[in-house]
Amino acid sequence: MPQSPFIDIKNLSVGYTSRSGKTIPVLRDVNLSITRGDSIGLVGESGSGKSTLALAAMGYFKRGLHVISGQVQFDGIDMLNIERNALQRLRGGRLALIPQNSGQSLTPNLRIGQQITEALRLHSDLPATSFDAGVIDLLSQVRLPDPVGLTDRYPHELSGGQQQRVAIAMALASNPEALLLDEPTTGLDVTTQAHIMELLRDLAKDRNLAMLYVSHDLGAIARVCNKVMVMYAGETVLTGSAKQVLLSPRHPYAHGLLASIPRLNETSLPQALDGRPPMPSETIMGCAFADRCKLADRTCYSSSPPLNHLETGEAVRCFHHDQIGQLNQKTEKSARSNPVAADKDTALSLANLAVSYSRPRLLSKLFALQDTPPSTVDRITIDIKKGETLGLVGESGSGKSTILKTIAGMVPAQSGNIILNQTEPLDTMVEKRPAAYLRQVQIIFQNPDDSLNPRHTVAQILAQPLRLYYGLSGTPLRDRSIAILEQVRLGEHYLERLPSQLSGGEKQRVAIARAFAADPEIILCDEVTSALDVSVQAAVLDLLDVLKRQDGTTYIFVSHDLAVVKAISDRVAVLYQGRICEIGPVAAVYSAPFHPYTDALLGAVLEPDPDVAPRLKADDAVELSPPNLGCPFQRRCPRKLGSICETNIPTAQEIAPGHIIHCHISQVDL
Amino acid sequence: MTVSSTSHQQEHGRFMTVMKDILARPSGLIGLTLVLFHILLALLSPSIAPYDFKLQNSSLMLSPPSSEHWLGADHLGRDILSRTLMGGREALLVTGIATPLAVIWGGFIGILFGLVGGRVDEVLMRIVDAFLSLPWILKMLVLIVTFGTGIGVLIPTLTFFYGIPVIRVARAATHDIIARDFVWAAKARGHSRISIIWRELLPNVLDTLMVEGAMRWSWMLLAFSSLSFLGFGVSPPIPDWGLMISDARGFMSFAPWGVIAPVIGLSSLIIGINLSADALAKALGIDRAQKAPM
Repeated sequence: MPQSPFIDIKNLSVGYTSRSGKTIPVLRDVNLSITRGDSIGLVGESGSGKSTLALAAMGYFKRGLHVISGQVQFDGIDMLNIERNALQRLRGGRLALIPQNSGQSLTPNLRIGQQITEALRLHSDLPATSFDAGVIDLLSQVRLPDPVGLTDRYPHELSGGQQQRVAIAMALASNPEALLLDEPTTGLDVTTQAHIMELLRDLAKDRNLAMLYVSHDLGAIARVCNKVMVMYAGETVLTGSAKQVLLSPRHPYAHGLLASIPRLNETSLPQALDGRPPMPSETIMGCAFADRCKLADRTCYSSSPPLNHLETGEAVRCFHHDQIGQLNQKTEKSARSNPVAADKDTALSLANLAVSYSRPRLLSKLFALQDTPPSTVDRITIDIKKGETLGLVGESGSGKSTILKTIAGMVPAQSGNIILNQTEPLDTMVEKRPAAYLRQVQIIFQNPDDSLNPRHTVAQILAQPLRLYYGLSGTPLRDRSIAILEQVRLGEHYLERLPSQLSGGEKQRVAIARAFAADPEIILCDEVTSALDVSVQAAVLDLLDVLKRQDGTTYIFVSHDLAVVKAISDRVAVLYQGRICEIGPVAAVYSAPFHPYTDALLGAVLEPDPDVAPRLKADDAVELSPPNLGCPFQRRCPRKLGSICETNIPTAQEIAPGHIIHCHISQVDL
Repeated sequence: MTVSSTSHQQEHGRFMTVMKDILARPSGLIGLTLVLFHILLALLSPSIAPYDFKLQNSSLMLSPPSSEHWLGADHLGRDILSRTLMGGREALLVTGIATPLAVIWGGFIGILFGLVGGRVDEVLMRIVDAFLSLPWILKMLVLIVTFGTGIGVLIPTLTFFYGIPVIRVARAATHDIIARDFVWAAKARGHSRISIIWRELLPNVLDTLMVEGAMRWSWMLLAFSSLSFLGFGVSPPIPDWGLMISDARGFMSFAPWGVIAPVIGLSSLIIGINLSADALAKALGIDRAQKAPM
């Protein structure tokens, strides 16, 4: 028997009023109904209106937004015309929200037990005497170890994943019937994310929740949701079961979005989805996606397609949904640059590099106390060939960014050598390096919002390296700037723009252009795509690969995303607590035999495929510093041998030429 | 066309957009109008004041508003309208010079502290805090009593004391900016310290300093008027709002017009400056209040 919808949003349009007094829609005529036991994934690029829709489900609209038309019902209650007190009781009561970074929104000066008790007092009918038992029950439901001890801890004593679990426990305190999740795992490590996903999946099933899950991460959606709704420019473009949408998307946008995700089982770069979604303020003629669509014809530009309900149960907003098959032929996979020949010269060699952030305290200096903690980064020995891309991968705290900063001369090395082009030592901080070395090492940062000066135009940004290294000015400077901009596929007209006038992808292109303007030998890429939408990420990866083929540049590419690293790198080093666990050619590292940590990482990757379940090996504990002795991974390792792991540094076992695993487990057993 | 000339155009274009943005806001429009009105008045008042501000007329003592003397007369029989029109001249002159000076020295020191950082910065900032914890009127009175009154003492005194809070703000802004990746990027490229300060830091700190300057101006006006009120500011018979309020407050119960006129003059100027500063902060995007969703 089909259940009546629990959350029912009908023809909802939401907008804001611009300065000129025009109403600008952010959501346009959206329908969404969720029955209990359903979990619906809401996907789309940033600005597609997915968060607005999720918040609308609890009758909440951000400041400045108002309902233009439509209805929002929760279990038959009209959420748009409800009395204020009743609404407050519903929110956090029968309807709970877990927002982005909710782990960090715990009150810092209240113990975990007090915070959850407060949620119980407000939103449950438990008698005050059983609050304590209730708190412990909730903490064990979210699978936190030692729930009793945890109640006395403060939020800062917990890891990010544990904080997120406490936030989920608080949301569950009211015994909600519906759960809204807005990017609940963004910013968490892969293994932690995978564990939280499993928890949410089980909770939804056990409690028969109606769940709405907003995320840009299709892997997470595939794991938790049974239905998916794809949004574009404030409209629903595709709905269907998770399998239908993720495996055989019937809308060209969903198709493009899925094709742009790098996957572990592919060796090529993902297919970029060009262009950007229209701004809410732009008037859209015809289909909003037409500009970026390979199937678009004249009809698409003149009339807007209706949402077609297909016999298979999907609903798709496209005139050409029956021609999606053509897209697979039209999109040829972009070929990866060829692996580097082994006889190439070494561009950069790191020899036994160690970095330590801790400075000896005055007291320990005076009394010569031997309490120096283990170095943050240690025993890093890697030779990088010219034209090679080396991927550094690991969870937060693995020291991958520290290594980049040390190479760039922004953090001093404790010991070891960094040698550029076999002869030029980079052993000083950046201020003391000769200008010729400086030009050869450039860095691209994670977030272009932060790495581009907001007060500089693109012309001024590009002029900085060109002036500094080549002394260009006047017309030659301008000509060179334009040439570089064209290399990153931006036109001359971008020269006079400020970063605030660019989209996220364009900003990162400018940052890439600035690095290439120096014509460097080596470019250090620090999580360069993690602040971008997947579609933009694919384009940036493709651009980096093209530029590398043109100029023969060497990349050191740092990322926490294993699939991204696999797509772009020739060789990969897996780091844990600042030590190399495994290093080798991409194909070798991503297939057995594995280091136990590599295995745990790869197992935790969530693929955008509902049929693929993650294999959770290690727990998601977070360690703040490496152990003093032995293997760095000893405390989390599921295959720990015994005391040898705690006392001896694991030997390097060469599994195949160039493929090295640092582990005590013998090669045969790995 | 060279890049440097286009960057000038960019600056010019930014000034125009910021101005437009300020004027598009009710607070900015009202605020700027009030400030401009007061500046014009200060420039023109000697020629438009109906009577001589020092002219005493014992027959008019404390007389209420009439057709000859629109705002009445004070305890010495001087025309209140003429004195009110001219009462802002001294205040605007002194604070108009002292405010930019305070922002310049406070900003300079603050940026320096921010750049030096570490323990030196910590120690110096505690000294700044100690200064800030003393009541300002006390510190100023000590200086004025030591060196005497007059513009020559008032301007340096106000400049000095009102530059100290600017140090805090400039230092905080510097700390914010130097931690950002674009400064790291410049450092990694190997730019000199001067170039990083000049190109990366200053343009971003200046916005904050401008808003801070506007706020400091209104505080300084209030301080100046308070000093006059206490008899340490402008020396009679030069008209000043603070002094006028002080003189007339004894007769407030039966001749309130003596107080009302200078109070309106002073508060409208301060409100105008505050509203403009508010709109400026919003236009520059450094306002702490919530932004529109788009």
